[in-house]
Amino acid sequence: MGIQETFYEAMREHGITRRSFLKFCSLTAAGLGLGPEFAGTIAHALETKPRTPVVWLHGLECTCCSESFIRSGHPLAADVILSMISLDYDDLLMAAAGYQAEEILEQTIAKYDGNFILACEGNPPLNEDGMYCIQGGKPYVEKLRRMASHCKAIIAWGSCASWGCVQAAKPNPTRATPIHKVITDKPVIKVPGCPPIAEVMTGVITYMLTFDRFPELDRQGRPKMFYSARNHDKCYRRPHFDAGQFVERFDDEGARKGYCLYKVGCKGPTTHNACANMEWNGGLSWPVKSGHGCLGCSEDNFWDRGSFYSAVTDLNVVGQVESTADKIGGVLAGAAAIGVAAHATASVISHLKDDNKGGSSHD
Amino acid sequence: MTETVTANGFKLDTGGQRVVVDPICRIEGHLRIEVNVDDDNVIRNAVSTGNMWRGLEVILKGRDPRDAWAFTERICGVCTGVHALASVRAVEDALGIQIPQNANHIRNLMMLAQYTQDHLVHFYHLHALDWVDVVSALKADPKATSALQQSISSWPKSSPGYFRDTQARLKRFVESGQLGPFSNAYWGSPAYKLPPEANLMAVTHYLEALDFQREIVKIHTIFGGRNPHPNWVVGGMPCSFSLNENGAITMEWLNLVSSIIDRSIDFVDQVYIPDLKAIASFYKEWTYGGGLSSKNLLSYGGFPKLANDWSQENMLMPGGAILNGDLSQVHEVDVRDPEQIQEFVAHSWYKYPDENQGLHPWDGITVPDFVLGPDAKGTKTDIKQLDENAKYSFIKAPRWRGNAMEVGPLARYVVAYASGNEEIKDQVDGLLHDLGLPLTAIFSTLGRTAARGLECSWAAHNMRYVFDNMMANLKAGDTATANMDKWEPITWPGDVKGVGHVEAPRGSLGHWVHIKDAKIENYQAVVPTTWNASPRDPAGNIGAYEAALLGTPMANAEQPLEILRTVHSFDPCLACSTHVMAPDGKELVTVKVR
Repeated sequence: MGIQETFYEAMREHGITRRSFLKFCSLTAAGLGLGPEFAGTIAHALETKPRTPVVWLHGLECTCCSESFIRSGHPLAADVILSMISLDYDDLLMAAAGYQAEEILEQTIAKYDGNFILACEGNPPLNEDGMYCIQGGKPYVEKLRRMASHCKAIIAWGSCASWGCVQAAKPNPTRATPIHKVITDKPVIKVPGCPPIAEVMTGVITYMLTFDRFPELDRQGRPKMFYSARNHDKCYRRPHFDAGQFVERFDDEGARKGYCLYKVGCKGPTTHNACANMEWNGGLSWPVKSGHGCLGCSEDNFWDRGSFYSAVTDLNVVGQVESTADKIGGVLAGAAAIGVAAHATASVISHLKDDNKGGSSHD
Repeated sequence: MTETVTANGFKLDTGGQRVVVDPICRIEGHLRIEVNVDDDNVIRNAVSTGNMWRGLEVILKGRDPRDAWAFTERICGVCTGVHALASVRAVEDALGIQIPQNANHIRNLMMLAQYTQDHLVHFYHLHALDWVDVVSALKADPKATSALQQSISSWPKSSPGYFRDTQARLKRFVESGQLGPFSNAYWGSPAYKLPPEANLMAVTHYLEALDFQREIVKIHTIFGGRNPHPNWVVGGMPCSFSLNENGAITMEWLNLVSSIIDRSIDFVDQVYIPDLKAIASFYKEWTYGGGLSSKNLLSYGGFPKLANDWSQENMLMPGGAILNGDLSQVHEVDVRDPEQIQEFVAHSWYKYPDENQGLHPWDGITVPDFVLGPDAKGTKTDIKQLDENAKYSFIKAPRWRGNAMEVGPLARYVVAYASGNEEIKDQVDGLLHDLGLPLTAIFSTLGRTAARGLECSWAAHNMRYVFDNMMANLKAGDTATANMDKWEPITWPGDVKGVGHVEAPRGSLGHWVHIKDAKIENYQAVVPTTWNASPRDPAGNIGAYEAALLGTPMANAEQPLEILRTVHSFDPCLACSTHVMAPDGKELVTVKVR
């Protein structure tokens, strides 16, 4: 292997001053929710480490995760790819094709056995001997298993890899299966969302490169720093929920005033994600801010929890609540206190659901 | 003798050496190409195979039609939003919902932003490396690169120091021995024709475009809350204007949209278009890849100026069909006519009761049938070579009046040109004049790539046109964004069908929906890559990819650079093309055409 370029060297070569580099480290620390004292740790890591090899596989998916990844503003996707990691295989971006592409997989195993990160976008279908997703004439699941058996750790990008997502919605015709149910002997970090927020994706990578470990995970294997709060808990429209001020229909008076979207189906109360505080596309906006309720896209099986336009109390998962969305909404509109009570119910049930899920899939 | 002539007039020869390329990288999804090359390494037979299946149409059955856009949006995250738009249009068509003018403007703006971002990313990040030799850029003189750039564009980032920095970064990257996504590629192949300076300029813009594309999509973030996968709603748009309140889209966000439009126009016209011309000027001799483009082309037309009017006169991008290369006649396309658009499965991994017949999407049947033909090599789970005389792809074969058609930017541009659209005619004639090429030169791989670039510029400029119209509408006092009169299922008819179509970045997209008792009874999508990557049909017509690869000489049959060039010029999207399916051989409900 030749000389390995560190991230710091790469930035200097790119005309970035040391001062700017340190500023970047502070911003990264802040972006990860770490104190300013961690800026030095990040700087040290980026100054001294060669780029970590990453193999990025695509199963059944729509590539929204990759598209989201290249939207990252800090750090920029170009800097991640050129200077922080060595993206040795990614059939979306790599120049080679055919056997020249597949050869790289074996080269990676030979050079970095047990030391590369396996990034999985999408999932393997298991029906029809795995041949609903063919790569190089063989079932994708074979390639996934082969690479997983030699990797250091797995990142499950997005809801496909984490939970199954849209192709696993009922009746899941291809038996699309999330990564942790196929690979059970390697640590897996789940980064759900359809897609995940760009800076969550680069934040997870930066954390792993900096600290040489996964960030702290919750019981379901998601990094707590991004998934420990519900969108509803951090929502800037929360005061309207508490005050019983709701959008009744799209583009009504309440919609123009930015009222709460609970009654038009917002899944914020049951959705663990960082949309409400980090927002999307450089912190510009997020679904609720644009006027549409949260779809709940980072939650397991969010496709099968009823319509996106029925209020959360109407869902199967909160079946204990008898009332329809309209009945709840009618009461809510008049009484802030009851609104809070309904919210608490939804939250408790959401917690119960988490508890029922059992342990995380990582070691 | 192994030579045959297809129903649509292409000569095939299955002798010689068989070359298999799987995976085709730098595309969305999983695609396999097999070709036969003769003793001179010229491609004489081509086989295009969709390698994946997801089954979204079956998953949609029984669901609330207002939710369908969110499911279908997940067909593709690269051309995000196009399926969502086709879906809400299909449902609105079925339920008889008229959308407000502002919703139409916003949808047009979002789709034009999608064209701009998607075409830009395709050119630099998925296609450029077929023409640009990254390693050769190391040999470039930064001063000469600067002079080259300044001679073709007024883009301010053009100093020798700027190119020197990029080159130094690239040098460190290569010297590290960790080549990342540039590993094991075809650098140094004689098929690459650019001088080192043009290579350095293009590599520099690869990085710049990767940075800039983040800005374009913010238009989606403002109106749809995020990108990828912004939000939509049946009846209009979920966002509201808040010109007298402080709760929705205010003047500040409108100003941001306007600023993004200006910067997009600048970037496309000062970086993308000059690069395209510069690169094309070194490949003028590479005239291959025309395929179906000089024969049969299809575009539904798109971007209605006024809401709810689907006549071609109301379209910013006119549609129609060209047959047999006769540009004097643009045929009208009716997506409702059961005789016009039909899908065949004789060579697809699906079953029909009568495989000589095609079915209109409202009448669609999807029964999976994954079997390899008798002449296939390998095993079911380790395919060495496919048998194209049998079934060989998860993609169906859609046909228009029985004809294989090419769709996409080149198809749109030829249809618009033939329709006499002045704006597009000026663009095409201008580019051909600058390159000193005749009109027939556009029927090629490079023509397809050039049409996409011109269309990117067209889209950026038309964002300005649509935005100005939207502002005029707001000024006139109309601030509505959604029509909720038929939101509640109780207002819906019991049994209805609808169709929604969109000219997506990759070509003509249609969704056909049947709604019964407020639930989705059947849902079918026929997407751009289904048209272009289609396998053969029972009549023996070959599809656009297969046709375009024929006759192309390869510099080295071991290095599929020329195959990548032509296939990439279509911008394949396999997740889009191959989602149709049914579970375990069960038939979908057959829908009678109304």
